[in-house]
Amino acid sequence: MKSIVEQKTLALNGDEAVAYAVKQSDVDVVAAYPITPQTIIVERFSEYVANGEVETAFVCTESEHSALTACLAASLTGARTFTASASAGLALMHEMLFVTSGCRAPVVMAIANRALSAPINIHGDQSDTMAQRDSGWIQIYAENAQEVYDSVIQAFRIAEHPDVLLPAMVCLDGFQLSHSVENVNVLPDEVVKKFVGVRKFPLVLTHEGRMAPLKLDPENPMTMGPLAFPNYYFEFKRQQEEAMKNALRVIREVHDEYAKISGRSYGDGLLDPYFLEDAEIAIVCLGSTAGTVKTVADDLRTEGIKAGLLRIRTFRPLPVDGIKRALKHVRAVAVMDKSMSFGGFGGAVFHEVRHALYDLDEKPLAVNYIYGLGGRDTSPMQIRMIYKDLQEILAKNRVETPVKYVGLRE
Amino acid sequence: MQSEWKFTAKDIAEKPDLFMSGHRACAGCAPATVMRLIMKALRGPTIVTQATGCMEVVSTIYPYTSWAVPWLHTAFENAAANASGIEAAIKMLKKKGRIKHEHVDVIAIAGDGGTYDIGIQALSGAVERGHDFLFVLYDNEAYMNTGIQRSGGTPLGASTTTSPAGEVIPGKLEPKKPIADIMAAHEIPYVATASPYYWRDLITKVRKGLEVEGPAFLHVFSPCPRGWRSDPAKSIELSRLAVETCVFPLWECVNGEYQLSAPSKVIAMAPQKKKPVREYLAVQGRFRHLFTPKYEKLLDEIQRITDQRWQKLLKKCGIA
Ligand SMILES: Cc1ncc(C[n+]2csc(CCOP(=O)(O)OP(=O)(O)O)c2C)c(N)n1
Ligand code: SF4
Repeated sequence: MKSIVEQKTLALNGDEAVAYAVKQSDVDVVAAYPITPQTIIVERFSEYVANGEVETAFVCTESEHSALTACLAASLTGARTFTASASAGLALMHEMLFVTSGCRAPVVMAIANRALSAPINIHGDQSDTMAQRDSGWIQIYAENAQEVYDSVIQAFRIAEHPDVLLPAMVCLDGFQLSHSVENVNVLPDEVVKKFVGVRKFPLVLTHEGRMAPLKLDPENPMTMGPLAFPNYYFEFKRQQEEAMKNALRVIREVHDEYAKISGRSYGDGLLDPYFLEDAEIAIVCLGSTAGTVKTVADDLRTEGIKAGLLRIRTFRPLPVDGIKRALKHVRAVAVMDKSMSFGGFGGAVFHEVRHALYDLDEKPLAVNYIYGLGGRDTSPMQIRMIYKDLQEILAKNRVETPVKYVGLRE
Repeated sequence: MQSEWKFTAKDIAEKPDLFMSGHRACAGCAPATVMRLIMKALRGPTIVTQATGCMEVVSTIYPYTSWAVPWLHTAFENAAANASGIEAAIKMLKKKGRIKHEHVDVIAIAGDGGTYDIGIQALSGAVERGHDFLFVLYDNEAYMNTGIQRSGGTPLGASTTTSPAGEVIPGKLEPKKPIADIMAAHEIPYVATASPYYWRDLITKVRKGLEVEGPAFLHVFSPCPRGWRSDPAKSIELSRLAVETCVFPLWECVNGEYQLSAPSKVIAMAPQKKKPVREYLAVQGRFRHLFTPKYEKLLDEIQRITDQRWQKLLKKCGIA
């Protein structure tokens, strides 16, 4: 591909890859509050600010709640904004996550996934972001530091797209990605700047009867974040759902456009399949675990076992049709969840994937594996066990235990 | 930036209302009057952001609005964080040439709940960071929007729905938190108190708060006839009585220097003009129980605390 631009290779951990992408994306306001394993993002970015390497106002707030609030307000004032958080910090933002999506503010946030208390645990699992899946944010889960970098840049374009106008989070597994150094190819500054462009604003009808850009602008007074009674509220929420539907298309388009420049693609931007076309058994997972699953799938393939992987890159919006299409020929599917839904029936990813499969005439057998909570290591051997389980399920043609735990002392 | 606006009654009358009629506040709502007066002090492009509470709820019922300026509400506890974000955005967008305004004033407005209680963290953080905005606290001394619950701004002895006067408890047991002094202790450039009865003083203080560079805090006394069980026709009179009894003295703290404002200075100079607190309490249903033999002692306690705080203030102002 000729159009691929020349790139530098830097040794970066996932957090640094985020900071680097933000630095290149012409962000106007960053407001943040530190929490492990996200802290490096804020620290690196502070250095860029201190050295005059970015034209960004950095607001080091007194809490995550205020950090997201400041980003939201700045975004509605017309700024491109970014924040980062994890775990307890994300939980503290919970209220504002809904306000941000409800106000249609395209804030971008990186989450270095981390377990929630109690007991306190600073290590990686996805309980924090899964708990926010209904908050109206786009959620992209990256597999490695390279994808983290690429996804942050794409996220600005996706979130700010006039058909979307929704906040977006890029999720990277705590420590596995946030703190592990990898080779990351980075685009030249000008290329990223041109790709993200200058933020545009859709025109809306103001209460004074004029068409004006959707932002807080003294020339065109607008009331944002008002009170809506039952006679209007529902319609606002329906519009958010429409925006999520549009996001499915926009995520793909932005991903493809970026691929042409960078030479890097992740499936269709929504789903990233691996050896799936002719797979009999498949694992579905999010994030960095996919790397481990791939190496195991490689081995199994050399052994003649038709093992595949479907990595869900975009969990919100969930590419339901894509999941159905990708898995319809697979006979047994293992869905991996790095979070729990206490008292429910398996983890969040399982809920949704199994639910999507329900409409198929011939459904794959589906089983759930809860794994890696609080940073518990997941080995290739365990992944191999999961594939082996799937083979047994196939042999018996039924799922005996639909929800299982991997790597747990029972 | 210096003001070009000459401050006369005629100017104020001629200045268009930027907080417009048609809102759904109760009859006699002093906070609504306060909103209107605040907006009379504007000097140019302004963005207003507001916490959840009565004034937000009555003025922005979709698809209607009372605000003729850009206006933002996000939540209850974070008006100051909104202001931080707006201010940071404006500064950077201006630097990048993406907005044409030389300067945009930012005003954050919140009730006592959104300031004394749930909002104090965001407020303290925002002023510590030195954002250039004016925070206006309209103090109706309880959570009115949710049905008159006590706040840190509710005065001693007031009956609210979560500090009701009962057989053994005489309403709220604690005195009002000295919020303006707490803000002054942040060593910000401008802190003041105001009352809608002294409207000229109030408007002047809003303007000063806007003109100052850095954070400014204005504490505005704001009777709520519904929550105070007072005559809707008497809200403005109560606004005067609170000053005359020294329950709510008027002062400014400019760069750390306290000074009494004219209406309170008059009382400092002629202490015989200072009215007894009972006169102020007697016309409000929320203090009715204090005028029964059982709880009467509390009246003296309220007078004592009022006097003590007044003496402290005089000292800070270099008087007495
Ligand atoms: C986090 C949160 N907790 C509680 C509420 C409910 N609530 C909305 S307004 C309000 C009270 C507002 O009181 P105040 O700030 O004094 O303003 P007022 O209504 O008296 O004008 C409360 C408790 C809320 N909106 N958000
Ligand atoms: S309850 Fe009180 S503060 Fe609220 S609108 Fe009515 S009078 Fe005003």
